[in-house]
Amino acid sequence: MSCGFISSVFYYLCKENILRILTFATLEKNSFYNMSTTVLKTGTEGSIWGGGEDVQPLKASYGKLMMWFFILSDALTFSGFLAAYGFSRFKFIDSWPIADEVFNHFPFLHGVDAPMYYVALMTFILIFSSVTMVLAVDAGHHMKKNKVVTYMALTILGGFIFLGSQAWEWKNFIKGEYGAIETKGRQILQLVDTDGHRVKVSEIAIASHSDRVQHEGKNGLWYESESKLPSYTVEEVIAGVEANPNVLVRTQILNEEGEKTVLSRAASIAKLKKDGALVVEGANLVRNEYGSPLFADFFFFITGFHGFHVFTGVMINIVIFFNVLLGTYEKRGHYEMVEKVGLYWHFVDLVWVFVFTFFYLV
Amino acid sequence: MAHDIAHHESNTKRIWNVFWLLSAVTIVEVVLGIFKPDVLNNVVLGMKILNWIFIILTLYKAYLITWAFMHMEGEAKGLRRSVVWTGVFLVCYLLFILLTEGDYVHEVFNKGYKAWDF
Repeated sequence: MSCGFISSVFYYLCKENILRILTFATLEKNSFYNMSTTVLKTGTEGSIWGGGEDVQPLKASYGKLMMWFFILSDALTFSGFLAAYGFSRFKFIDSWPIADEVFNHFPFLHGVDAPMYYVALMTFILIFSSVTMVLAVDAGHHMKKNKVVTYMALTILGGFIFLGSQAWEWKNFIKGEYGAIETKGRQILQLVDTDGHRVKVSEIAIASHSDRVQHEGKNGLWYESESKLPSYTVEEVIAGVEANPNVLVRTQILNEEGEKTVLSRAASIAKLKKDGALVVEGANLVRNEYGSPLFADFFFFITGFHGFHVFTGVMINIVIFFNVLLGTYEKRGHYEMVEKVGLYWHFVDLVWVFVFTFFYLV
Repeated sequence: MAHDIAHHESNTKRIWNVFWLLSAVTIVEVVLGIFKPDVLNNVVLGMKILNWIFIILTLYKAYLITWAFMHMEGEAKGLRRSVVWTGVFLVCYLLFILLTEGDYVHEVFNKGYKAWDF
């Protein structure tokens, strides 16, 4: 056994050496005949296109082509994410959250139901920064350095405003507004009044004394901890619902009109008592007060990945902005670099158009 | 870059036109999204008319951004096709496969013997 192993190792070592000697010899021979290169000739030189000034099949520079290839592959990545979102949505087509109910905040309008407005504003910010970018590219074609500087600066500003808006959107989504009760089967039950308006869990829950405290590493087993406890227990919420005769439970199931099904008063209390397991406030990757946890997962992942693209776009734009200021492209004789980052920036806008449609509209 | 400079003599007018077009389309989408007229809730070819409108308008916006802002209209035919056709074909394929599968899983969940909401 060991003898066989050693001999095979020996064989491979020898083979390796033989190969090395052969390669070396070939290189030696080659460099002897042709001192300028050590590349082996393959005998197929005539059939390979070697490039050249007179043959330009795509009529674009190398850099621009590579940017297009990158954009194509990135577009397929985003399509994969959005198609996966579509898959999950089709899977839970009769209980998917309604976007208008999830994203209905607008700055300084507290408690006002304002669906769409905020995301429309974000869309305009991004479209406008796309316009300033293309104006910068246009100014570059005419070698107008100062105009390029102004438009690039505006583009960067737009990018930062968009990122800030997205942060605010995330904050609202994570914080949640009404709270909900999760069942043992991990379905979400929300509270509404008899007119169909949402009711906050915190408004009706009757707080009682509880000895249950958050288990942190410093006050219990040092190697175990848990996330923040919900403000209320299910029992406190049930007590609150029983005390408020006009509160009903709304399930996630969509009826024929595309609205969430509201249970009768008796069925509401029975459902809460039978299945209620946990109070959920806001959304994270595990729990989501708006409905299916997958909705939150995809929201974080897709808008997060898009936001990451916006962030990198802003960083690249800043680098190019300083290059423009320093006169790099003035010296080079053309502003193609601005055009290339412009392509990337427009692509980010293009992705947002699709995210906007599939997360907020459809 | 000589042909580029010749190409781009006065593009600012076109850029602003495209901006107004994009804005108008977005406003139409937002207004429809807020009011959701009842007529448009009817299903045509397996989807609500409203959703058909949204998707068609989205594709129109994507076309405007790619052709005008990313200047695809000025690129060589070979470049344009190698990017657009590849992307469109693969995305259609991916959507067909995943949405069909999602619908199938939905059927299994609702008509199968296994309880998933316990």
